[in-house]
Amino acid sequence: MNDSIKQNLDIFRKETRAWLEANCPESMRQPVTSPNDLYWGGRNAKYISDDQRIWFERMLEKKWIVPYWEEKYGGGGLNNIEHKILTEEMTKLGCRKPLFSFGISMLGPALLKFATAEQKLKYLPEIVQGKIRWCQGYSEPGAGSDLAGLQTKAEDMGDHYLVNGQKVWTSYGDKSDWIFCLVRTNFEVSKHKGVSFLLIDMASEGVSTRPIKLISGKSPFTETFLDNVKVPKGNLINEPGQGWTIAKYLLTHERQMIGGVGETGTPPQLSEVAQECIGLTNGILSDSILRSKVAKFEMDEAIFDYTIERIIDEAKAGNNSGALSSFFKYYGTELNISRYELMLALQGYDGLAWEGEASNEGQLARLFCRTKGNSIEGGTSEIQLNIIAKRILGLPSS
Amino acid sequence: MPLIITEEQQMLKTSVKELLKNKGAITNLRKLRDDSDPIGFDKELWKEMVDLGLSGLVIPEAYGGLGFGYTGLGQVLEETGRTLTASPLVSTVLLSGTAIRLGGDVMQKEQLLPEIAGGNIVIGFASEEGKHHAPKLVKTAATLQGDSYVINGTKKMVLDGHVADKFIVVARTNGAVDEEAGIELFVVDAKTEGITTERIIMMDSRNAALVHFKDVKISANSRLDGFTNGGYALLEKTLDIARIGLAAEMLGGVNEAFERTIAYLKERQQFGVIIGTFQALQHRAAKMFCEIELCKSIVIKALKAIDADSPDLARLASLAKAKLGEIYQLVSNEGIQLFGGIGMTDDEEIGFFLKRARVVQQTLGDTNFHLDRLARMRFF
Repeated sequence: MNDSIKQNLDIFRKETRAWLEANCPESMRQPVTSPNDLYWGGRNAKYISDDQRIWFERMLEKKWIVPYWEEKYGGGGLNNIEHKILTEEMTKLGCRKPLFSFGISMLGPALLKFATAEQKLKYLPEIVQGKIRWCQGYSEPGAGSDLAGLQTKAEDMGDHYLVNGQKVWTSYGDKSDWIFCLVRTNFEVSKHKGVSFLLIDMASEGVSTRPIKLISGKSPFTETFLDNVKVPKGNLINEPGQGWTIAKYLLTHERQMIGGVGETGTPPQLSEVAQECIGLTNGILSDSILRSKVAKFEMDEAIFDYTIERIIDEAKAGNNSGALSSFFKYYGTELNISRYELMLALQGYDGLAWEGEASNEGQLARLFCRTKGNSIEGGTSEIQLNIIAKRILGLPSS
Repeated sequence: MPLIITEEQQMLKTSVKELLKNKGAITNLRKLRDDSDPIGFDKELWKEMVDLGLSGLVIPEAYGGLGFGYTGLGQVLEETGRTLTASPLVSTVLLSGTAIRLGGDVMQKEQLLPEIAGGNIVIGFASEEGKHHAPKLVKTAATLQGDSYVINGTKKMVLDGHVADKFIVVARTNGAVDEEAGIELFVVDAKTEGITTERIIMMDSRNAALVHFKDVKISANSRLDGFTNGGYALLEKTLDIARIGLAAEMLGGVNEAFERTIAYLKERQQFGVIIGTFQALQHRAAKMFCEIELCKSIVIKALKAIDADSPDLARLASLAKAKLGEIYQLVSNEGIQLFGGIGMTDDEEIGFFLKRARVVQQTLGDTNFHLDRLARMRFF
């Protein structure tokens, strides 16, 4: 890197830090403690505090809601290095993300790659401005791991599509405004080739949702019913029949999200929980069987982090390691499941409370239950292993 | 410190791979075994490795080496791990060479390091005494008598000990067995009166001697006293570096055994189909793939930590040795199982990896030892 570029980046870093310090309210620099602390935008959005609103509005004006998208879409037009600097400075100050959005993390990348210029200009700025909250309509009651077997039908009626079917496991379906769906536009061709990618306004007549109560007692997902829904033809992304290609591209993004860091905050260190809950005898955990399990878990946890570090370094050096997102999804979720299995074992009776203040309304027990979904959603662990076996190891299909 | 190797290190790796592809292949190890070779490694191959500079990689230029660093040596060890090449690289360069480089005074370094770099000498590292790796379990005594030390005791698992010209001997000048204080390292000529060695041929067809020291008298300045924090700290640091080196060797073995197994899954037919189409086998292969991704990461992380003189070395060394021990065991077991009956035969080479895995797992601490050590580091 030559000196003048480096100088400019140093200036950018200083200015960024100064701006963040001046504009990020104190309460927006505190760690997120509950899912309610996150701002998701949308038609029915409510800010939990003035600070949250101010922080969002300032970042929006600064064009840093999605700093790396082009300015014509409402992005900040930052290059990779500038974006990295901004992220680093936000992390240093503990600034919260001003907007959480499946539009940014999932739909956006798909639109940027597959949509027309007109579609991009229509949908991307609304995502940035937090006006529309998006959800994903992929799975169906009969199409889970066999996603390509989906049956939701979009009939070409000339000037519109008529959509009929049911989606399931729609994250925050009841809180979202639009849904990006995989639908079947062609029943004549092989199952992968008949799938299309369609955007549907959930305010349309015939769209309804019903929450699904999980074993954790919470309902982050819904069933979504599509009953004679009329959808303009311009809402189809790319060509009919391209849905599977787009979905695969998008699932890679989703897998990295699930396999990566947990939803809120950093998970507790197991060895510290162990010391507290089990106690020590001569400096050694009093339960020697749990001790070896915790030690093994912490070994894998530490090395998994180094693996993320290594793959990033290799990618920077131009060695693209191939379809590794399945590895991250598989290993990351299995680790997270082990973490909560061990947490429950360490906490004993105290970890079992489901309600009450002492247990923070059964936080651990509910999180434990929730982790069981990690190895199912976004492609089961078994599906990830299939992908690794076929695409990375080149083992033949039967 | 990015977790990738440099172009120079890659070039070194490639040339070692080239050299070992033919001359260090497993047929070579098989021949040494079947001929009951008295040395236990191929002297001609070792000379070629020396000519390539491998014996001097981690020895400073001032002492006749290349000062190329441990990340580079790690790449070499990975290749010797792939080909199961027997050589004095571990005993003489990785263990003894490191101890002398870290703990020797100028005279000791001037005398010994150029000899190591030149490949003229084999130095056995005599530290173990018990059934398991236990650095503090030192009963061997070094008693000061005038201007001499007198050494008494027995050492186990001294790699290449039966052909060693010298030993680095870990002995106790005072303190009780299992105490850190009083542990010191000494350079001892193998021809000194009172030393007897028993060659033990091991499962992996390599050699580790039992070495007896009976009233072995050496000069007082044979002690490695150049390390700031004393003898035990020198031993620990040497061991940590060597553990990481062994982990690099193990990574090579893991990769090779895994690749051979995958190739077999793509070729073997039963029920009229290639067995690699069976999902039960695909998932076992995919799980191994994931674990090997972790192995690659911890090995490069730990190698880089040696060259950066990281204060985190001990933790990374234990992570590396624990993980690679676990996964070499897994991959070598799965290798035999997935090869099926042919994997049980001596003709098929996959069994050589199983045998090497078990020996190298125990050497300098197995997974249990290092998980226990990691837990202690985190106070539980």
